[in-house]
Amino acid sequence: MYAVEMLGITKRFGNVLANDNVHFCLEQGEIHALLGENGAGKTTLMRILYGLYKADAGEIFIDGKKVEITSPKQAIQAGIGMVTQHFTLVPTLTVAENIILGYHDKQTVSKTEIEAKVKAASEKYGIHVEPGALVRQLSVGERQRVEILKALYRNARILIMDEPTAVLVPQEVEVLFESLLRLVKSGLSVIFISHKLHEVMAVCDRITVLRDGHVTGTVSKAATTQQSLANMMVGRETFGVSRQSKRKTGKVIYTVKNLCACNSQGLPALNDCCFELHAGEILGVAGVSGNGQAELTQVLTGLVKPTKGSVKLDGTDLTNAEPHDITDAGVGRTPEDRHEGSIGTLTVAENLALEDLDKFIRHGMLDQSLIIENARKYIEEYQIKASPTDQLRKLSGGNMQKVILARALSRKPKVVIASQPTRGLDVGATEYVRNRLLAERDRGAGVLLVSEDLDEIIALSDRIAVIYEGCIKGIMPAAEATAEKLGMMMAGAC
Amino acid sequence: MLKQFKIERVPAPRWSVIVIPIVAVLVTFLVSSILVILAGANPFAAFFNFIVTPLSSQVSALEVLVKATPLILTGIAVTFAFTAGYFNIGAEGQLYAGAVLATWVGFTFTSLPSIIIIPLMIAAGILGGVLWSLIPAILKIRLKVDEVVTTLLMNSVMLYIVSWLLNGPWRNPLSGWPQSPEISAAAHFATLFPKSRLHIGFLIAIAVVAIAYIVIKRTPLGLKMRAAGASLTGARFAGIDTTRTMLTAALVSGGIAGLAGAVEIGGIHFHLIDAISNGLGYTGIIVATLGSLNPIGAGVAAMFIGLISTGSQTVSRVLGVPVYLGDVVQNTLLLVTLAMFLLQNYRIKRVRWILLS
Repeated sequence: MYAVEMLGITKRFGNVLANDNVHFCLEQGEIHALLGENGAGKTTLMRILYGLYKADAGEIFIDGKKVEITSPKQAIQAGIGMVTQHFTLVPTLTVAENIILGYHDKQTVSKTEIEAKVKAASEKYGIHVEPGALVRQLSVGERQRVEILKALYRNARILIMDEPTAVLVPQEVEVLFESLLRLVKSGLSVIFISHKLHEVMAVCDRITVLRDGHVTGTVSKAATTQQSLANMMVGRETFGVSRQSKRKTGKVIYTVKNLCACNSQGLPALNDCCFELHAGEILGVAGVSGNGQAELTQVLTGLVKPTKGSVKLDGTDLTNAEPHDITDAGVGRTPEDRHEGSIGTLTVAENLALEDLDKFIRHGMLDQSLIIENARKYIEEYQIKASPTDQLRKLSGGNMQKVILARALSRKPKVVIASQPTRGLDVGATEYVRNRLLAERDRGAGVLLVSEDLDEIIALSDRIAVIYEGCIKGIMPAAEATAEKLGMMMAGAC
Repeated sequence: MLKQFKIERVPAPRWSVIVIPIVAVLVTFLVSSILVILAGANPFAAFFNFIVTPLSSQVSALEVLVKATPLILTGIAVTFAFTAGYFNIGAEGQLYAGAVLATWVGFTFTSLPSIIIIPLMIAAGILGGVLWSLIPAILKIRLKVDEVVTTLLMNSVMLYIVSWLLNGPWRNPLSGWPQSPEISAAAHFATLFPKSRLHIGFLIAIAVVAIAYIVIKRTPLGLKMRAAGASLTGARFAGIDTTRTMLTAALVSGGIAGLAGAVEIGGIHFHLIDAISNGLGYTGIIVATLGSLNPIGAGVAAMFIGLISTGSQTVSRVLGVPVYLGDVVQNTLLLVTLAMFLLQNYRIKRVRWILLS
């Protein structure tokens, strides 16, 4: 008997078939991965199970009994718990208060009583939390443990984890995996949504792969390899970009010294940030989200002025330069947020022309045919699925990123600053963007790759820098960087 | 079975830009009919007088254009600023500033011939508007002071300055009324038709529509303005000097509003009084919004509002309803249009929801 059986699940959003006759079975006491790229339908399927969406067709069985789940409340009653990437905790309440919230049948709340209850649950399930601590003081990993305990406290026997490692540093991932493995031994069944192959192979018993809304197969871990999973996921053998071998790089072209800057709240976010970038290399900047990556790229692209330090490109001082001075000096930039680095209500052609407008002026007027022609060239070169006169906001994330990339690279920059270049893109677009960055490197440009995706950093970089609390903690050749070493530095352990 | 409705966000289709103002006009008539009925008149008769009667004779049809002339200019002024994301609510004050300087030129250089003094008055009007918009613009770009507040407050300041001029140094020495001396006869704008007040200011306004359209849609400045108006961070990221773009848009906007003041002095009033505008600057915001920030749209909207305000006098005379009904219709139209622009981004979808046991 299965813990969960979902049979023939179909769900349509407008013209998009998000789930197409999906069969999914979760055994008692297993960790079962749902693997697939962005938009494959993993989250949709689990939202149906949790009562957030209603399937257009299909049946759900819990412990062999047919159920109709139309709300999360019913899902919780059926023994299902869900932990999403975005936590649903109240930061100003304590851990114990968060856990009993909405699951407390008395008229009064006694602090000592609920803390004792939560402590008991914490010991029972072996998930360490501090019941009296305020949630806002907890780290991301600790908050996730509170979410898990919250689900278990509601007697969840089936736990859905939606990309739980996306927000964690490697050490926290280890702790999470240990907890999950211990919990399944005591009878919990876990559905683990992920698109990271090594995690799936590390912790799961069976794996169901989704592609474009339908199941491409369910396999047990023992009977498969990362390569064959990748193949099921994307439908081809080449997955990602292979790791760099040792390469020769050029001279130093870009120097950042003692850079300090404040964030939008006026608090220090960069503290004496130093690094050098060589021609013909990719320098990856790894780090946990919120350690100054955003401020670093904002300063380097001219959006924020530094409070101290210097930025030099080939001897040209760019410390307090405006964005157009920076692009003129030969820096190509892709922004952290695609929507903030482009203008949605303007057309694709206008966005492509915006950074180098002087080129498109004839007798004081914009030369429309030149702008359109320029756009056609880049649409073809970068395989952008759009016409020059489409509004940019109507494009998909991948195509929008290609427009930005085309604009940034069109002037053959000496330095490319790529901030989270593949965030939210599907595998095809991700691969395209990564290969473009590698091509820039081969052309001789220095590429600064700021990314929160460690796999991306490891796969692309010649050297890896780790940023922690606004400071570069260390730079090492990619060959010497192991996930453990990087993780320690990212967590500020050394 | 239970039927449910769901609201979805969708991008506005292109045709909506044309359809929405038309639907808005129809809805406005429906809503304001209630007031017409309360005033004891027949709504059909009222709207016939609003829309058709003014166009039925040449004299009144030209009067519609006379009323539309300053509205076209203030509407373009607002359109220009709003396109760049600079929310200039101060066209009213800038119009007066332009009128003050133009009047001064008009009654000071009395020996100059028309061919010189009229361009000089126009230049003075533009200069007045530019100068008056300079203060809030600089506060905005240097100190990030909200321009909506400053431009609005500057309107009151300007009205007091005008009041001081008219009750002090410029008080008409002959009549003692609070009105400035007359501008010289050579400074009167030429009229376009006999027996009509329609003057060359209308042609100037049409030219301004064409120029604004070309500037916004076809020049680098226009593209920079549209970029800055749509996304300040996006525009900055692309290397646009947004401060300079915004400053330019603010000053040009002020200049056009000042031009409206000069045109009203030279074409209609021939002297400064404190009632030359009565809200032309504010109505410019309605005009720009109805025209969906398109200069040609603003031109059409200005003529429509000119039509309603001409019509409201006829309606009042013929049906005995208050003349303010015209204002009510204008403002209802603004509210309905704003609501429609908001709604165009949404679509109501009927979904079927199966009730489960």
